[in-house]
Amino acid sequence: MIAARLGLLSATAPALRPSFRRLLDGLGDRLARLGAPLHALPRLAFAALVVRPVLLFAVGLNVRGREHLPRRGPAILAPNHNSHLDALALASLYPLAELPGVVAAGAADYFFRNAPTAWLARHVLGAVPVARGAVRGSDPLAACSAALAEGRVLIFFPEGSRGEPERMQPVRSGLARLAAAHPEAPVVPVYLRNFGRVLPRGDWLPVPVVCDVVIGRPLPAGLPAPALKAAYAAAMAELAAEAGRAAEWD
Amino acid sequence: MPDLWAWAAGRLPAPTLWALLGVLGTLAAATLAGAVLAGRGRAPADLLPRLRSWWVMALLLAAALLAGRMAAVVLFGAVSYLALKEYLTLAPSRRADRRLLLLVYLAVPLQYALVARAWYGMFVLLVPVYLFLALPALMALAGETRGFLRAAGTLHWGAMISVFALSHAAFLLVLPESAGLADTARSAAGGSGLLLTLLILTGLNDVAQYVSGRLFGRVRVAPRVSPNKTVAGLLGGLAATAAGAALLAPLLTPFPAGPAALLGLLIGGAGFLGDLSVSAIKRDAGVKDTGTLLPGHGGMLDRVDSLVFTAPLFLHAARYLYF
Repeated sequence: MIAARLGLLSATAPALRPSFRRLLDGLGDRLARLGAPLHALPRLAFAALVVRPVLLFAVGLNVRGREHLPRRGPAILAPNHNSHLDALALASLYPLAELPGVVAAGAADYFFRNAPTAWLARHVLGAVPVARGAVRGSDPLAACSAALAEGRVLIFFPEGSRGEPERMQPVRSGLARLAAAHPEAPVVPVYLRNFGRVLPRGDWLPVPVVCDVVIGRPLPAGLPAPALKAAYAAAMAELAAEAGRAAEWD
Repeated sequence: MPDLWAWAAGRLPAPTLWALLGVLGTLAAATLAGAVLAGRGRAPADLLPRLRSWWVMALLLAAALLAGRMAAVVLFGAVSYLALKEYLTLAPSRRADRRLLLLVYLAVPLQYALVARAWYGMFVLLVPVYLFLALPALMALAGETRGFLRAAGTLHWGAMISVFALSHAAFLLVLPESAGLADTARSAAGGSGLLLTLLILTGLNDVAQYVSGRLFGRVRVAPRVSPNKTVAGLLGGLAATAAGAALLAPLLTPFPAGPAALLGLLIGGAGFLGDLSVSAIKRDAGVKDTGTLLPGHGGMLDRVDSLVFTAPLFLHAARYLYF
């Protein structure tokens, strides 16, 4: 079953004889069990050796409302989006051992555009694909849904792509659809500030600035889509106010 | 125990070691008093976290001084870096100047390399002259003129307080060497004695101002900048620092008791103004503290605000009188 989930057998399995298939299945399961930590290794190494030292020394996180952070999934963390650092910084709030239980939604057309970037996105950054620009008949949020069904914490950016630094964009429909499909997963609003100053869209050189992470209470469960959007916007405005005044100009 | 003392005495002059022990002893006494007060429910809420932060700072300083000059210079470089990061976080900046922030950060290792080399001439030029010229030049080459003056001024100001001014504390360590003298040529405690005197007197002034302001403070000096700065606080700080300087400086520095008392007044006044200036920046930026690094104190810049003003004045006083 684990082997099937990992896609080890999906292509060949249907053609095989049942007994052989059971054997392979058992082997795959054992491999997967053995291999799971190995599998997670690139991401753990990247987090421990690159992301966390950079966040600690070059950035500095000022975390508020840590008690609202869901310890385990299924849960949806819904932050604003200004930087590639956003998801990495949120995942860094979890202990390394729990990192495999946290994934972030990333645009399929960007992070998963070819096999090498897809491997990096999945195994180093811990991303799952979201298909932007709907294709009829397919669910663009299938991978996100699967992550929630597996009981993971999903970092999902309701604004879609990264906007101008420190400006919120309109919330799109994905969050409400995911929340409706997974009523068991609480939606936790997270306000991030200054990550767009550290590493904005279109730049690769990070500049040290202290960043705020303000985690809010989960939104009430079972809201219809328009009410969920409104509740999310209100919660984010409140969290932004809690973060204090931002440095101005631009 | 005697082995430990012999080891430490091989690394630092004896008066410096005694002063370090005095600092740790004072902290221990304050912690004991704080615990008694807390037991009776009469301690201010931030007293214990504040003391814990003082312990961390004192132990880090002691460890760095014992580890050698290089470690102490690196420690002060880290303090400058953290203070600068807090400054650049709360100060506004233009998107066009992003890369220039890195140049300002680069001033930290350069400035402290000059400290380590004891090169006074370049130490006093790097930030006030060369960075001052490089920033507007690079900004002009980048071509964005909107908000040019305030952006150049804001960046340079951050480098001046968090890099230039603070690095004067670390330069005290090499002050005898920069004058071509042996470390203990002018006083038995050498450069580390000068540094400890500055830090102890600046800290004493902060604490005395706070306590005397809390006990007697009524008339505010600058109510629009900070409601906590009172005339009684200022006078209490000046008196305590002058007395502390007259007692301490003759043991650790070339200053005899009389000039040392004047030095105490200088540190008391400068510390007050440094504190007030950083308060004005915070009020302008709309924040209460510059950060959350040191529980009970706020950020690094909150802790070193008075040092920004006392370190250059103390260095100049010592240099022009004795080195």
